[in-house]
Amino acid sequence: MTEAAPLLRVDGLRTVFGSRAREVAAVDGVSLAIARGRTLGIVGESGCGKSMLSLSVMRLVPAPGRIAAGRVMFEGQDLLGVSGAAMRRIRGNRIAMIFQEPMTSLNPLFTAGQQISEAIRAHDGGASGPALRARCVEMLRRVRIPAPERRVDEYPHQMSGGMRQRVMIAMALCCAPELLIADEPTTALDVTVQAQILDLLRELQAQNGMAIILITHDLGVVAEMADEIAVMYAGRIVEHAPKAAIFDAPQHPYTLGLLGSMPRIEQRRHRLLAIEGTVPPPFAMPPGCSFQPRCVFAAPPCAAGQPPLRGLGPGHVAACFRAPVEGLPA
Amino acid sequence: MTAWLLEVADLAKHYPVRAGVLLGRTIGQVRAVDGVSFTLARGETLGLVGESGCGKSTVARLLLRLIDPTSGSLRFDGQDITALSGEPLRRLRRRFQIVFQDPFASLNPRMTVAEILEEPLLVHAVGDAASRRARVAELLALVGLDAYHAARRPHEFSGGQRQRIGIARALAVDPSLVVCDEPVSALDVSIQAQIVNLLKDLQARLGLSYVFIAHDLAVVKHMADRVAVMYLGRILEIAPVEALFADPRHPYTRTLMAAVPSPDPHRARPRDASGGDVPSPSAIPAGCRFHTRCGFAIDLCRAQEPTLTPWAENHLTACHRAAELPPQPAVPEAAAMAPAAATRMALYAQRSGR
Repeated sequence: MTEAAPLLRVDGLRTVFGSRAREVAAVDGVSLAIARGRTLGIVGESGCGKSMLSLSVMRLVPAPGRIAAGRVMFEGQDLLGVSGAAMRRIRGNRIAMIFQEPMTSLNPLFTAGQQISEAIRAHDGGASGPALRARCVEMLRRVRIPAPERRVDEYPHQMSGGMRQRVMIAMALCCAPELLIADEPTTALDVTVQAQILDLLRELQAQNGMAIILITHDLGVVAEMADEIAVMYAGRIVEHAPKAAIFDAPQHPYTLGLLGSMPRIEQRRHRLLAIEGTVPPPFAMPPGCSFQPRCVFAAPPCAAGQPPLRGLGPGHVAACFRAPVEGLPA
Repeated sequence: MTAWLLEVADLAKHYPVRAGVLLGRTIGQVRAVDGVSFTLARGETLGLVGESGCGKSTVARLLLRLIDPTSGSLRFDGQDITALSGEPLRRLRRRFQIVFQDPFASLNPRMTVAEILEEPLLVHAVGDAASRRARVAELLALVGLDAYHAARRPHEFSGGQRQRIGIARALAVDPSLVVCDEPVSALDVSIQAQIVNLLKDLQARLGLSYVFIAHDLAVVKHMADRVAVMYLGRILEIAPVEALFADPRHPYTRTLMAAVPSPDPHRARPRDASGGDVPSPSAIPAGCRFHTRCGFAIDLCRAQEPTLTPWAENHLTACHRAAELPPQPAVPEAAAMAPAAATRMALYAQRSGR
């Protein structure tokens, strides 16, 4: 989908829970690719598998989950095949991750400086003393924390939510990763702070050319940040396209529903286009297309088989038998 | 009957900050709500927006008399309820109810839905067993749940369904006012839309008045007739929804609006100069409380706190420089959606209406 050779390519990834007899797939055959310096937005609601996808890429799937199939090619190397020790060197050094909750991801007993030092030393054992402290201060300065010389000695509880997320970003970036996976990095923050964090991520990306996988439920955030967008539903990618195509020519009814559900500040409407019903639990997936019970365009074939992703425009794929919907009889 | 269902004048809630373990002395005040005034008409929705810590949830609790104000007054349906207590207050509680943000924490996991919905009727001694059962069934239908859901417990429901139960519980005793404290913030986008639509339908059917608290300006724009923007315990701007969005006259309102990410991939979010964090409500800046983050601040703003002053009809703002703010660039509404997207959305709307 991108011209340059991808930094990361995920092929047919399948992450499952439960015994072989009653296997439940949290991620069900996901393929995607991302090139250096680019941002891929992954959009979906709770339970769609977007977080499990990122944990699978990092090989951090919590037990009893396991990766049942697929490949995660990072610079030509399959991460699912490397040793635990090699994977630890890749994690943090080359692929870093930030999470939604800066409150729970930081250790309350250590200062910001101690936690950043730990991240630096984990990958560069030689660093110590004043030089290490200077690197911590420099990292805090890079994430635009005011008075970094003072903040470096502060504990998480002394900081605001936005400040804590900046510390998390500083920790993630201290080894100059090539890929940053940001899982709902601004969801717990106020809109004003969210705007600052998004600006910061873009600035840092422009400086060091890292690729970003941005996982979010907020279409506004991906509209602003992403080059390409993948929409996930029930463990699968249901639509994947360049950003403008997702918003200007959405194909999958689920994408249409998401766009219609979103209140927009530019317009006042009396009724939002809600998607009726709820996401089916993974152990009770409907037959055929998993969106079919909630879909206003559903027809008999939709319950008969799983629609494959098919091309509907340049770089634009969607998994829907009924797309494009304007061709349907009224 | 007076024109206003709710009249709030100069409402304040200060919490003492104490030092020492047992008999601490007071070393300061957290001014959570610091002089808030507004009115609410029957059938109207007032949106209350602001960042975390601005005091909007404290206002909600004050309105419902769940906590006592430090000063100020509250009139509900023409009656002064500021100092009401005991049985008269308990009786009046039927008239104002609340829907909480977190539908996971606000429902008792050990009760069935029928018990949850019957409880407010029992508290207020409404009807007999048979009529209460009938009312529970009616409430379930009202919020779009099925009759068989009555026998289930909260853990068996999704977040959106739980919020429907929370709404049904608030409506059980036929209130006039429902305070919605971030009712959709914890929900997924598609479920948010269901709940927003439900709240609007219920308002139209039952003539409810809402105080709708949210941090999301887009949701507020959809729900509210008028919007009050709060910052550090005070209202900085209050106006009818269209006027507020078309011509915001407080720099803070503009900061909030500029920060909302736009789902339009062709329009970049304007970068706003008002960076920084909200100061602590225990150390509110002197002068205008927003001046530390304001790009328009002058010496006057650091010295003297502006009061809410009329800017246009029903539009009040507390800014010394309101008249000097540049015009707000209009957002082209038509450009919000491309033709292909618009066609498909229209088809979607048509089919969901069936």
